[in-house]
Amino acid sequence: MPEVKEKAKGKDKSFDHIFSSGHTACPGCGQSLAVRLVLRAAGRNIIVVNSTGCLEIFSSKYGESAWGVPYIHSLFENIAAVASGVESALKATGRLDDVRVIAMSGDGSAADIGFGAISGMMERGHDVLYVCYDNEAYMNTGIQRSGCTPFYARTTTSPPGKVSLGNARPKKDLPQIILAHGVPYVATASVGYINDLDKKIKKALSIRGPKYVHVHVPCPLGWGSDSSRTIDIARMAVNSGLFPLYEVDHGDMKVRKIPKKVSAEEYLKLQTRFRHLFGKDGARDEVQQIQAVADANIEKYGLMSK
Amino acid sequence: MTRQMLQGCRAISEMVTLCRPQVVSAYPITPQTVIVEELAQIVADGRLKAEFVNVEGEHSAASTVLGASAAGVRVFTATSSQGLLLMAEVVFNIAGMRLPVVMVNANRSVSAPLNIWNDQQDSMAVRDSGWVQLYAENNQEACDLILQAYKIAEDHRVMLPVMVCVDGFVLPHAYEMVDLPDQEDVDAFLPPFAPMYRLDPANPLTLGAYAEPDKYMETRYMLQETLRATLPIIEEVARDFSKSFGRPAHGAFEAYRLGDASTVVVAMGSMAGTIKEVVDELREKGQKVGLLRLIAFRPLPAAALYDALKNARDIVVLEKAVSLGNSGPLATELRALFQGRPASPGIDGFVIGLGGRDVTMEDIRGAVSKAQEGAVDAEFVHLREDLELEGVNA
Repeated sequence: MPEVKEKAKGKDKSFDHIFSSGHTACPGCGQSLAVRLVLRAAGRNIIVVNSTGCLEIFSSKYGESAWGVPYIHSLFENIAAVASGVESALKATGRLDDVRVIAMSGDGSAADIGFGAISGMMERGHDVLYVCYDNEAYMNTGIQRSGCTPFYARTTTSPPGKVSLGNARPKKDLPQIILAHGVPYVATASVGYINDLDKKIKKALSIRGPKYVHVHVPCPLGWGSDSSRTIDIARMAVNSGLFPLYEVDHGDMKVRKIPKKVSAEEYLKLQTRFRHLFGKDGARDEVQQIQAVADANIEKYGLMSK
Repeated sequence: MTRQMLQGCRAISEMVTLCRPQVVSAYPITPQTVIVEELAQIVADGRLKAEFVNVEGEHSAASTVLGASAAGVRVFTATSSQGLLLMAEVVFNIAGMRLPVVMVNANRSVSAPLNIWNDQQDSMAVRDSGWVQLYAENNQEACDLILQAYKIAEDHRVMLPVMVCVDGFVLPHAYEMVDLPDQEDVDAFLPPFAPMYRLDPANPLTLGAYAEPDKYMETRYMLQETLRATLPIIEEVARDFSKSFGRPAHGAFEAYRLGDASTVVVAMGSMAGTIKEVVDELREKGQKVGLLRLIAFRPLPAAALYDALKNARDIVVLEKAVSLGNSGPLATELRALFQGRPASPGIDGFVIGLGGRDVTMEDIRGAVSKAQEGAVDAEFVHLREDLELEGVNA
């Protein structure tokens, strides 16, 4: 990555406030914190392309933009293509050495409605960093199921009922699908691990070509979690094995080991979206199925020191 | 200026090349394909220095040129039919974001049933999107309109996208004599794109902000007023074009033998050539017939159209589109023009040439004489009589 040139003299050199406060995100929003951290890592010589979604709505109201860097929002499913166009224009005018393009969306845009566009952008090799903030449902429209909604979670379109226990499918593994495109850098990160996220964004931006960082961001409103415990809960997702942290840099995989394993039950119990899995007689069998997902991740990625 | 026999797709892509777009993105669809194939070759040969982005669908083709235009470069895309419908969401978005994208739409029918041949139902479906829509009669005009389209779109008084509509197969696949201007003359007429706003870290702007009910209506009002104010700019650019290249450019519409005409055919696109033959023939027989060929469907040159048509007794609208459940869109809009005004000609609407059905001189003669007999609305011309049309004549 080129040395970040501080063009605006006298402005916040730490890049801490490129994403201004005063936007309208909910208290305890994991995504808004992650965005601030991503921008702090990226600096000012970037162009942000953002999909429709929570981030766009809480940060880009006309006349009240929170963005201190050039920002474009177009539609829900097309940001990978818009970013491809921005990158192509920079390339055509010889500006691509000075400016980095970062596409940002939620999990619904990335894994579902904009999936074809991401695949196209990755396959064509555009020099764009795609950051997906995964809060595991369509939160902006009021908590509907996405492809990234985990097993048995309650959403308004995967409600538990007499013959249902919530979302009947496991979470779509988007980072691995992106990795299958043969792109140079794919990482997962969590808003619970700030330094890890910072390093991954900086590393991603040091690499030319398409790269992808998938950031797990708790949503107190959608998850039914305490808004003062967003960071705790994000860490518990990681330390249960349900959201493994790793990076794949030119085929080289590194994982973040779990220092002390948290049970799936401990993690689930802090969120009302899983409340239906716990009755008077304790946890239902389905909790064991979720534990099995966590254990399989621990095994697959070697998350525990042996 | 080089006058040569060229296939339409070649002429169009050579004209696009002369306009020097820096990002071209498209997805193949018949009958647009031949245009982007030519452009891909031109870029591959290094004759046009542009990024040619092969996307995974039309939604992304439109989105890619949207992003590139927002980053401050001149762009080009082309599509047809289903491709235009797939990108419809982005088509509206581009206009709302005030980006001067130029697109060629090779007009084709819409499915179902699948049919790859020409009519104008596709571009009619996005007429309300905020784009300028210009319809070409032949390949010379298609080329001339592309050059004018960039000039109109990038004018700081406009900053809106322009769609140049060319009848699929009829134009891109046909060979015609075409004058292609010299690069110096094009450069003089169309200077490099000077964006009013662009994505630039030195001057960070937020593009595509969302608007609550207290602001949204004003943005649509500005689009509406700008489109109306674009009409004189279309005429101004046409005059400049004629002056620069010594060839007529008609602006928003062409009046053909209209002076004393009591019966006026109104049509858009390539069938105008055939209609002119019929007009000449009927004139020779002493009938006062003329043609008004509409080029700018959006913005609609309402006042000028009224003036041009107010002395007619019969207006015969021939259109390659229908608003299913109502009438042809052009006929409907012409009727609205005369509502509550002193002139009150009969306006007869014919739907013709859908899905590539030939528009013959006989069809046109038939429509004219039928219109002179009595009122006609959304009459489908030249339907087969040997097929049992379920629910109609079963």
